[in-house]
This record gives sequence, structure tokens and C-alpha cells, in this order.
Amino acid sequence: MKTLSKIYNVLIFILLYAPMVVMLIFSFNSSDSLGTMQGFSFQWYGKLFSDSGTKEAFKNTAILAVLSSLIATVFGTIAAVGIDKYRKGWFRSAVISVTNIPMMNPEIVTGVSMMLLFVFGATLLGNQNDVLGFPTLLIAHVTFNLPYVILSVLPKLRQIDPHLQEAAEDLGCTPFRAFFHAVLPTIFPGIMTGMLMAFTMSLDDFVISYFTAGPKFNTLPIYIYSMTKKRVRPDMYALSTIIFAVILLLLLAVNLVQMRDDKKKAKNK
Amino acid sequence: MKDRDLKTKLLSAPYLVWSVIFVVVPLLVMAYFALTDANGSFTFDNIIHVKNYADIFLRSIIYSIAATLICLVLAYPIAFSISQCNPNKQRVMIMLVMLPMWMSLLLRTYAMMGILSDNGILNSFFTAIGLGPFKMIGTPGAVIFGMVYNYLPYMILPLYSVMCKIEKSTIEAAQDLGCNAFHVFAKILLPLSLPGIASGLTMVFVPSVSTFYISQKLGGGLFDLIGDTIERQFLGSTGGKNLGAAISLILMILILICMAIMNEFTDDDNEGGGVLF
Repeated sequence: MKTLSKIYNVLIFILLYAPMVVMLIFSFNSSDSLGTMQGFSFQWYGKLFSDSGTKEAFKNTAILAVLSSLIATVFGTIAAVGIDKYRKGWFRSAVISVTNIPMMNPEIVTGVSMMLLFVFGATLLGNQNDVLGFPTLLIAHVTFNLPYVILSVLPKLRQIDPHLQEAAEDLGCTPFRAFFHAVLPTIFPGIMTGMLMAFTMSLDDFVISYFTAGPKFNTLPIYIYSMTKKRVRPDMYALSTIIFAVILLLLLAVNLVQMRDDKKKAKNK
Repeated sequence: MKDRDLKTKLLSAPYLVWSVIFVVVPLLVMAYFALTDANGSFTFDNIIHVKNYADIFLRSIIYSIAATLICLVLAYPIAFSISQCNPNKQRVMIMLVMLPMWMSLLLRTYAMMGILSDNGILNSFFTAIGLGPFKMIGTPGAVIFGMVYNYLPYMILPLYSVMCKIEKSTIEAAQDLGCNAFHVFAKILLPLSLPGIASGLTMVFVPSVSTFYISQKLGGGLFDLIGDTIERQFLGSTGGKNLGAAISLILMILILICMAIMNEFTDDDNEGGGVLF
């Protein structure tokens, strides 16, 4: 029974990782064949870094992911502190429901509805074309990142002793200082998790960006989409191998932060 | 004291305003477009017109239900066996399950297309052992397989998170009292993992039913799903914002109904988010 379940687990992991292994191997292929390995080379990586379209899209994606996750983290943490004070009642559940909408709605509906809002808003303001671009994309990303920040900060706030802030104030802190010195360090792991989650979500988002970016602004996923409409090129495999490595590092970082957090908790007990 | 709480509560006000403008209002605007024609006058034509796409809706629903059920069957055993490992091994295994989720769906699907294509790796293998090449890309099976492959982690994670809360002693007690493996599953494991099953089902069904990339790549463009239809209304050559809005609206209502049914099974104090990390 034990061996059987082990074999089964291995099979599932093979299914999950097969495409990534294929990408990894063929990104080093010396020919552009995607069926047979003809030799080892770094040429697709070279091609990737010399392609101006990829570089432009990568730059855009990085700027967008950094900006939107930072804005969402600050904005979301402040909001979470406020929401946390509503312990019960219809208002809290209403706020949580609204927060859940972007997470539960299919991405395509979120994308379409935001695009329609921007187009409709622009028409009302008398501007017919070219509303979609970096600003609308940024708004969209901040909007779908906010729930991830709020939902990872809220549980941490809940664990805090409600008297912590008061104690700090009794000892002479201003409310602002009390928050920064007493509350913030406690909820910091939640904030970090939320920010990293927001960052990866933003980095990876295709559907919502596709609808809200407009025709002129390319992010990496949109660029990949337009590339894969044509014949498959191995430099996309090189690209995904790099992305895979970056994501692996990020995930390790998150796990380390969490592990330290868990250890601290275990010590305090 | 009350006064201070109020001030802190006000911190959430900017976020609430933002959410209303960029989450709630867009849905209302979408409903507005769905219920008006190109000139802006009120009409039900778009909604009525959606029935021409009934077969596409039906296909999307059938494919994604199939994919969701396959995911459930595949994920249940592995989620259970992960939940039985020691904590360190659990952490590593769960990270391995999550890792593919953070990879671009486009690139993963694209690589899958390379594996399944007529002269791809699998077919080279089949030809080599003399089973002859199979046509896989451009079949309904490939589309469903693509959904299963892409969204399987979304099923494993919620199942795992309820299963690791089940006390081992509960299962042992049942065994001591004479339950065989089947009874342990039917009387203990299944009822206790229902909330996980429900959230897994929604987490796989919602992206599957609304996908458009998987069907384009693995279906060879032969099997339009709702997502493809919506995409074409907005960004393709046919261009019909109002009809597109109507289809999106109906898709959303459909999913809301599914979710309301599923929510009956999940516990209320679960505020999401925790599933992903």
C-alpha cells in the first residue's frame, strides 16, 4: 500500500513537472526543433536577451509588478487595520465579500468589466480612444492585488492582543509610534506574504492585463501570448526557464520567512 | 475608546471607495452594456442573442465538469498521502505542488502543446515503440487534459488543508472499532473533507469554464469555449461589446449560482487567502 501510494505521488509530480522539464531541456537545444535534442547551446538565451521586444515587455512587467505590489501592500495594510476593528456584523461580512469578488470572479469577467469601465468612463469624459495603457493596467493590477494583501494581513491582526497598542500608548507612545513599534512588527510576516503574493500574481497575470492594457502596451505574458500565436520558438522556453528559476527563489524566500515565523511561535509557546 | 476605534475604522474608507469604483461599478457597467445596444438604448436583444451560443456554453460546462471531477479523483489520494507525512516532508511536497501554479499558464500550456503535438515527444515515443502516432492536439480530450494539468494544484491544496486537520487518532479509532479501509473512507475521511472538496471543486471549475488559452492551443481552435467567444467579441474581428458584455454577465451569474451551492458545504469563518500559502 505504501509503495503503491509513493508510485502514485511520483506519477502526479511527473504530470505536473513534465512540461517544465521539457522547456528546461529544449531551451538548451542547438537547433530550433522542439521534438528532438540536437546538441547543447546557449543560443536561445542569447537571442532572448538581444530581442528588443522581450526586453521591453520584461521591463514593463517588472515596473508594473513592483509598483502595483507596493501600492497594494501599503494601501491594503492600512485598509486591513481599519477592517480589523469591525469584529462582527453585516458590515464586516459585506467588506469581506467585496474583497473576495476579484478572487472568486473568473479573471475574464474581471478583465472585461474593468475594460468596459475604462472605456465607458473615457466616453463620459469626452475622450473616445486610447484610454487603455499603463495607467489603466496599473489600476487593474492594484485592484486584483489588494485582496491578497488584505487577506494575508487580516489573520495576523486577529492574533494580536488588542491591548498591545494601548499598552504602548500608556507607556508614552503616540498612536502612530505605537502602531509602528508594537503592531507593525507583529503583522510584518503577513505583510511580506501578501506583498510577495501580489508581486507574483502581477508578474504572472495574463487575462486581466490582456483586456486592460490596450494595443500599445506589452507586458511579458501579453508578449508571450502574441509570440505563441505564431510558430513556437525555443527562446520562449529559455524565457520560461528563467522565470521558473526566479519563482523558485521567491517561493523559497516565502517559505523561509514562514519557517522563521513558525519557529518564533514555537519558542514563545 | 469608542472614538479611537472609529478613527481606526476610517482607515478602511479609502479602500472601500476604491473597491466600489473598481470592483462593483465595473460589474454594473458590464450589466449596462449587456442591456443596451450600440446607441445606448435599453434592449434585451443581447441577452436573447446569447442563446445562439448555448452549444458553446454547454460544451464549456461539460468539459470543465469533466476536468473538475478528474482533478478530484486524481488529487484526493495524493492530498491524503501528503497529509500523512511528517511536517517537514509536508512542507516540501506542498511547495512542489504550488510551484507550477506560479509559472505562466501560457508557457505551461504551450509546452504541453509541444509534448502532445503530432510530431512531439510523446508521439516520437509512441512511434519508436511501434504503437504509431496518435492525434492528440485538436481533440476534446486534449482540452480537458490541459484543464486537469493546469488546475490540479488548485484541487490538491484545499483538500490537503482540510485533511491535515483531521486527527490521526480519529482514523485509528475507527480502525480499532473494526472499520475496513472503505468504511474509514466513507464514514470518516469523506465527511470531514467535504469543505475541502467543495472549495477545490470551485477553484478548478471557475478557471476551467472561463479559459480561452487552453482551448485555443490544445483544441487546435476547433472547440470554442465561452472564454474564446468573449475574447473575440472584445478583441477579435467580430467586435461586439454589448454582446460580449451579455455573455460575460451570464457567465458570471452562472458561476455565482454554482458558488452559492458550493458555499453551503464550506465553513463560514474561512476567509480564503490562506489556501495559497
